[in-house]
Amino acid sequence: MTDAIALIGSRAVQFVHEVGAVATFSGHILACLLRRPARIRRYLDEVFGLGVLSLIIICISGIAVGAVLGLQGYNTLERFGATDSLGTVVGLSLIRELGPVLTALLTTGRAGSATTAEIGTMSATEQLDGLRMMSIDPVHYVVAPKALAMVTVMPLLSALFIVCGIAGGYLVGVYWGIDPGSYLTGLETSVDFREDVLGSFIKAVVFGILVGLISTYRGFTATPTSEGVSIATTTTVVEASVCILVFDYFITALWGV
Amino acid sequence: MDSNRNRDIAVGLFVLASLAAIGYLALQLGGARLGSDEDLTVFARFDEIGGLKVRAPVVIAGVRVGQVDQIVLADDYRAKVRMAVANDLELPIDSSASIVTSGVLGDRYISIQLGGEEQYLEDGEEIEFVESAVVLERLIGQLIHNTNIEDEED
Amino acid sequence: MSETAPAQHLCLDSVTMAFGRRTVFERLSCCFPKGEISVLLGGSGSGKSTILRLIGGLVHPIDGRILVDGEDITKLANRDLAKVRHKIGMLFQGGALLDSLTVFENLALPLREHTDLDDGAIHREVDDRLASVGLHDIDDLLPNQLSGGMRKRVALARAIIRKPLILLCDEPFSGLDPISTRQVEDLLVDINRRRGITIVVVSHHVASTMRMAEQVSIVLPEGIRTGTPEEMERHEDPRIQAFLTADQDRPAGSLEEVEVLPGLGS
Repeated sequence: MTDAIALIGSRAVQFVHEVGAVATFSGHILACLLRRPARIRRYLDEVFGLGVLSLIIICISGIAVGAVLGLQGYNTLERFGATDSLGTVVGLSLIRELGPVLTALLTTGRAGSATTAEIGTMSATEQLDGLRMMSIDPVHYVVAPKALAMVTVMPLLSALFIVCGIAGGYLVGVYWGIDPGSYLTGLETSVDFREDVLGSFIKAVVFGILVGLISTYRGFTATPTSEGVSIATTTTVVEASVCILVFDYFITALWGV
Repeated sequence: MDSNRNRDIAVGLFVLASLAAIGYLALQLGGARLGSDEDLTVFARFDEIGGLKVRAPVVIAGVRVGQVDQIVLADDYRAKVRMAVANDLELPIDSSASIVTSGVLGDRYISIQLGGEEQYLEDGEEIEFVESAVVLERLIGQLIHNTNIEDEED
Repeated sequence: MSETAPAQHLCLDSVTMAFGRRTVFERLSCCFPKGEISVLLGGSGSGKSTILRLIGGLVHPIDGRILVDGEDITKLANRDLAKVRHKIGMLFQGGALLDSLTVFENLALPLREHTDLDDGAIHREVDDRLASVGLHDIDDLLPNQLSGGMRKRVALARAIIRKPLILLCDEPFSGLDPISTRQVEDLLVDINRRRGITIVVVSHHVASTMRMAEQVSIVLPEGIRTGTPEEMERHEDPRIQAFLTADQDRPAGSLEEVEVLPGLGS
């Protein structure tokens, strides 16, 4: 019994310790983002790696999700004779919820895990220590550009995902005989800039911060062995996915996005 | 350096495409306008606004021309609604505003029917002819009625 | 041992080191003379790599002082530590070259970071440094396109590109064939002769280290034994004899663990 309580206690201490470490780490990243020299070359490379190389998966997934939404929405709306609202249904669910969330989950799987693995491997092969010995802060050189790239790339990918999804829903809807015009005007009249689009954007940025922070932190603190790196990579995917969904709920609940 | 250049071009294209997507969502779908101070502000008082909310669309002939800015209870205990509409609109002073419900989702919005006068509403003026919110129950009744008929046909 | 003069060039002064609850060594003191090649020998787990990492400020001791060019680095903030590191070059076991950068960019990185040299000067400097380790025309290759020996030499070139006072080499001969081993060994001696850099080598490779060393330190459980190679060869301690005379073509690591030099504090 006391063992169990002790276990809970040690877990709690560990958790608080971890939260503190993440906070310190984020502070360090922020400080590095303000420090000279600005790592523009490194940042652009990361935008390429995280953003451009995620384009295909994002666009294909977007179209597929939009098409499924179109199908499901059409079947449901048809019962109420309200198939003209298909654009509204597809657009709003993509913009408010599915766009940012699915983009973040996909990016976690593709880019977040890669980020953790890369930083972890750099740590295991002493590349981070090598930078330190050259008087280069590895957080400044490696971590901060990656984290910043993740934060900026997420809303961009999310917007592309949404537009691809809307296009996917459009294709399905028009195939089933919905008037293309009513699909689009349905969208235009029901989507509000501040309520929906801005909220979607905020969600994507928050998810970008989460994924960027978790993936870099896990990589940076990975045990420098191949096993440690693989554990860290798995942890990134699990933690980031859970955080995305939990934060999604709270953003939705608190800001009504 | 050549691979850097190709990479930069790819990043540039990616950012442009994404910004285009954001722009489409924000401007075309979201109806955000750059520089909202150029809006024409008009008021209308309703006895009953139903579920009308701030940021609900304002339409003319079904085309979105602006949105509800603010809803307050006026001195005469009617709902005073402030609307921001595109400033190039010429609304005759005898235009009327009505609160209607869109589709099954039941979102309320304001529809403006143009009048025939030669004089136009100025910024900050009030639309005098109003039609309050349509009773929701009637719409639902109609819906249920339609569904029943369809079921019987099946 | 702890009465080491404070102005010493490169010294550990009664340093205690532990990772978590595992003590690596306690109250360990040793000095590495300026401008000479010193070699640290010891069994796996004896903490000899840790000594290099302590000098580089990569890990922090529990107690004691570490003097680098006369300055105690254990109390320094990160910013000041970065300044001290300008004086230190470090050759890591695996080279620690950045995977994503070409050979040229790897070498140019410390120059771009810490000097105002223009591109032309950086090019000349990098080519000079590569030539001095016997490499040419590999500027645009990535580290994973190089052989182990070439990677070590590129890493060595990077470690000395900022003309450090002190060069720390962690297992410079591990994973190298005999010819590459000899090349790296000659390069280290050459660097030491021409530039007067203090070199500290941590190695298992007894033959090479005894050839190049001016001072040999052997990490034993109770402390460090230091002397010239000749002194060490005549040393009466049987563990040292066993270590030095163990089959020199075999990597010493496989012998020492079972027989003579157990890791400390385990």
